[in-house]
Amino acid sequence: MKKGLAFAFALMLAACNLVPTASTGARTLTVFAAASLTDAFTEIGSVFESAHPGVAVTFNFAGSQTLRAQIEEGAPADVFASANQKEMDALVNGGLVEPGAPQVFLTNQLVVVLPDDNPADIQSLEDLARPGIKLVLAAEEVPVGNYTRQALDLMNAQFGADFKESVLANVASNEDTVRQVVTKVQLGEADAGIVYTSDAAAVPDLGRIEIPTEFNIVARYPIAPLTNAAEPILADEFIAFVLSEEGQSILAKWGFGPPR
Amino acid sequence: MSSLQRFFRHLAANGQHDWLFVLPSLLLLALLGLPLLALILRAFGSDFLAAALSPSALSALRLSLVTSIITVVITILLGTPLAYMMARWKFPLKSWLELLIDLPVVLPPSVAGLALLIAFGRRGLFGSFLTLFGLQLPFTTAAVVLAQTFVAAPLYVRAARIGFAGIDHQLEEAAHVEGANQWQLFREVMFPLAGRALFSGAILTWTRALGEFGATILFAGNLVGVTQTMPLAIYLGFESSLGMAVALSVMLIGMSVTLLGITRRLEKEHR
Repeated sequence: MKKGLAFAFALMLAACNLVPTASTGARTLTVFAAASLTDAFTEIGSVFESAHPGVAVTFNFAGSQTLRAQIEEGAPADVFASANQKEMDALVNGGLVEPGAPQVFLTNQLVVVLPDDNPADIQSLEDLARPGIKLVLAAEEVPVGNYTRQALDLMNAQFGADFKESVLANVASNEDTVRQVVTKVQLGEADAGIVYTSDAAAVPDLGRIEIPTEFNIVARYPIAPLTNAAEPILADEFIAFVLSEEGQSILAKWGFGPPR
Repeated sequence: MSSLQRFFRHLAANGQHDWLFVLPSLLLLALLGLPLLALILRAFGSDFLAAALSPSALSALRLSLVTSIITVVITILLGTPLAYMMARWKFPLKSWLELLIDLPVVLPPSVAGLALLIAFGRRGLFGSFLTLFGLQLPFTTAAVVLAQTFVAAPLYVRAARIGFAGIDHQLEEAAHVEGANQWQLFREVMFPLAGRALFSGAILTWTRALGEFGATILFAGNLVGVTQTMPLAIYLGFESSLGMAVALSVMLIGMSVTLLGITRRLEKEHR
């Protein structure tokens, strides 16, 4: 019986050992980043990798609130790039991010996107309140969905007190990521959606209606290393690269604004 | 309890080799059991009832029950004749049809959702035809049922096909000799004999429909009371209120255990 146990134990030890041995030689930096950063950070990651031989950057792209929950439940991450301050603050409060560590590294704004053939003939922001339109928004739990509702509040001042209510009555679906909103509009399933300018920039064949600054919400994205990062030095280097001129020019290419 | 004691006594007496079976099994069982246990412990550690009875949880529960029951009814109505033909008739391309029927079971839900969207969406292959009649499926409760049927109906068809195929050919011949037509044969002989297989297939389909997530969120979207079924509410709840997500998960586990229990009971009685 002892022999059997020892055998099984040895097997388990061998299994545990396999993981590090397989990846010797390459250090891995794990970055948890908001879904809206998918294209830009993928590019930044490959530039960073070529500047740091032997380093592999792996990304986990999802809604910021999902990433926060994953980190809180113990998912291993070195860097967290959030689409809003709220999720970052939650990690600071939980002791997972050093207070004062988060830095704003870009800004993003909202824009209305339409399918290329504009089936509902939407020409202005007021048209969003017209009954019968199929509008797709990000869910209120998702940062961009929250900003969207704040922007609609601001529009009430201009278009009438029931504007927001009429617009929300047109919502056909509250999608779980901003990318799903883009996809539904791109496929023509929705007549309109509200997304970040960066998402609209990633898909050229979409119609757009700009949201004037007075109604628009400026989203500030914070980035920070995790206190229990496995690669703290690489994490700092990655963040420095994102804030550098080169990193910022990649972000600008994908439709993001500079931090302000 | 005494059979458990006997098992342990047997293990202790019967030497070392039994552990080669018991130990790996325990590891796998721990992997299967611990997450469920953690979920249940978390649910009862927090305010389970308040979370389970919140309006959005209840509306998700109602929508899940209504859509999954409609799915089961549609599946039985359309799937029984198909399973019968597959089991008892000979026709060309049958093995290709079998493949087509089994495919949705193994497809990733994201593929299923995308395929449904491209087929039945506004600009879809078939959806653009529906649009001519003013019908639009995406973002409707009908889309939820369609997604559930797409992924869950094959389970019923497969079970029913096996049920029909297991019936002795001599019974069929005897019925023919007595002058029964195709419908009488089905109604008087085949349907009663395969009844148990049909029932357990229907329960399997129901369980799968209740758990449907990926195809639904892609094809039907997410709107409280219209397309937000329990799995969707759990996924979005994970992002806002963990308590509600945990409570709904535990309710879903309870429902699945009950339904699986019923099918196991049926299979046992059969033997």
